Amino acid sequence: MEGSVHPLTEKALNGDARSIARLISIAENRGVGPTSQGKTEGEIAALMKELYPHTGKAWVIGVTGSPGAGKSTLTDKLIEYFRATGSKVGVLAVDPSSPYTGGAILADRLRMQRHTDDSGVFMRSLATRGSLGGLSRGTREATSILDACGFDVVLIETVGVGQSEIDVMRVADTVCVVLVPGLGDDIQAMKAGIMEIADIFVINKSDKPGADRVVNEVRAVLDFLKGREWMPPIARTVAETGEGVPELGENLRAHREYAQKGEAGKTRERDRLSSKIEDILLERLSASVFRLWESRRSEILQDVLDRKLDPYSAAEMLLP
Amino acid sequence: MSEKKIRVVIAKPGLDGHDRGAKVIARALRDAGMEIIYTGLRQTPEQIVTTAIQEDADAIGISILSGAHQFYFKRVIDLLKEKNASDILVFGGGVIPEGDVPSLLEMGAGAIFGPGTPTSTTIEWLEKAVAVKG
Repeated sequence: MEGSVHPLTEKALNGDARSIARLISIAENRGVGPTSQGKTEGEIAALMKELYPHTGKAWVIGVTGSPGAGKSTLTDKLIEYFRATGSKVGVLAVDPSSPYTGGAILADRLRMQRHTDDSGVFMRSLATRGSLGGLSRGTREATSILDACGFDVVLIETVGVGQSEIDVMRVADTVCVVLVPGLGDDIQAMKAGIMEIADIFVINKSDKPGADRVVNEVRAVLDFLKGREWMPPIARTVAETGEGVPELGENLRAHREYAQKGEAGKTRERDRLSSKIEDILLERLSASVFRLWESRRSEILQDVLDRKLDPYSAAEMLLP
Repeated sequence: MSEKKIRVVIAKPGLDGHDRGAKVIARALRDAGMEIIYTGLRQTPEQIVTTAIQEDADAIGISILSGAHQFYFKRVIDLLKEKNASDILVFGGGVIPEGDVPSLLEMGAGAIFGPGTPTSTTIEWLEKAVAVKG
């Protein structure tokens, strides 16, 4: 491995913003479809292999919640909070792509733009490009890239989510689920899904009527978790003014400490790496199978149309 | 399936607060399948260039109605040079007198689209210019 470091990874590891940005783009653009011919997949794999030894140091914090919950504003305040302690902060903000045109307006930066002049902050907007789990396909790699390049804290702001977009839990060390008053009755809080992935609940816009009710509903949910090693605390914030952000910071640190001290953090990292390997396997397998399918499509399809072959046998012919 | 997306920073430098034009062009480019990073009002040239670099943008679109276009275009283009990022295209629109366009192009702006330009003209230009630079 020595001596053969790619110039792009070398520059990125030395903190060159352009190279870091380029690496993230390569990760985003890697193809799984039949058209990519595996070109960018191989490229990003080679680069990520070089970066891996430098990863594992960053604290990855996920911020998730419904659209309009104040995730961007809260993220902006968390950048400020961590910068005040001298940490270098990377931010990945995910916004949706249009299902019709594939285009996107990425506007999370709008609320964080005051940090653009700070060289200790690197912000990147990612479009979902068809991913449905609340993140984009390149988010995991982008997180590793920022981690390797020396960012102490990586904040991931998911796309505005509903009830089951929980990919962030497979990337983050600490997950904040941001709730706001006025979105539904207490039965909503009992449902499975996003409520279960919180390490910390944030009740934002807590100066608005109904905030106490949300707190009580979350408390009722937590009642069912009694006996768990880590009980998610409830932080009340008004992100707009910064109220409650220092307390949220304390909660975040407490979770970090808990995760690092006991087995919890290690278990989480094992699960995360395991799911990462599974992702790569799936991606590679589907890419190679699809390439094969592409090359034999018309011939096989004709046989299936003529009822000489059934779809199941056709698929089996293509599997390794 | 996953083609390379054209990424464009749409920026409004300086103090004028009229961003309807910027929003119209942002939406049109989005509908053409591009990814638009919208930075909001009152950006400094430094912020615009840093944003374009971090976002690995192919182009920066500057919307300006204040009359300070000579200054802002020059500053953005100079900063891009300084940061070794001259491959990022710069184009603009807003209220820019026709007489000022040649000097902006000479400075390094790729294109200036005056009032009334159909958004399809901008889209075509961008697609072509990004393809050329590769």
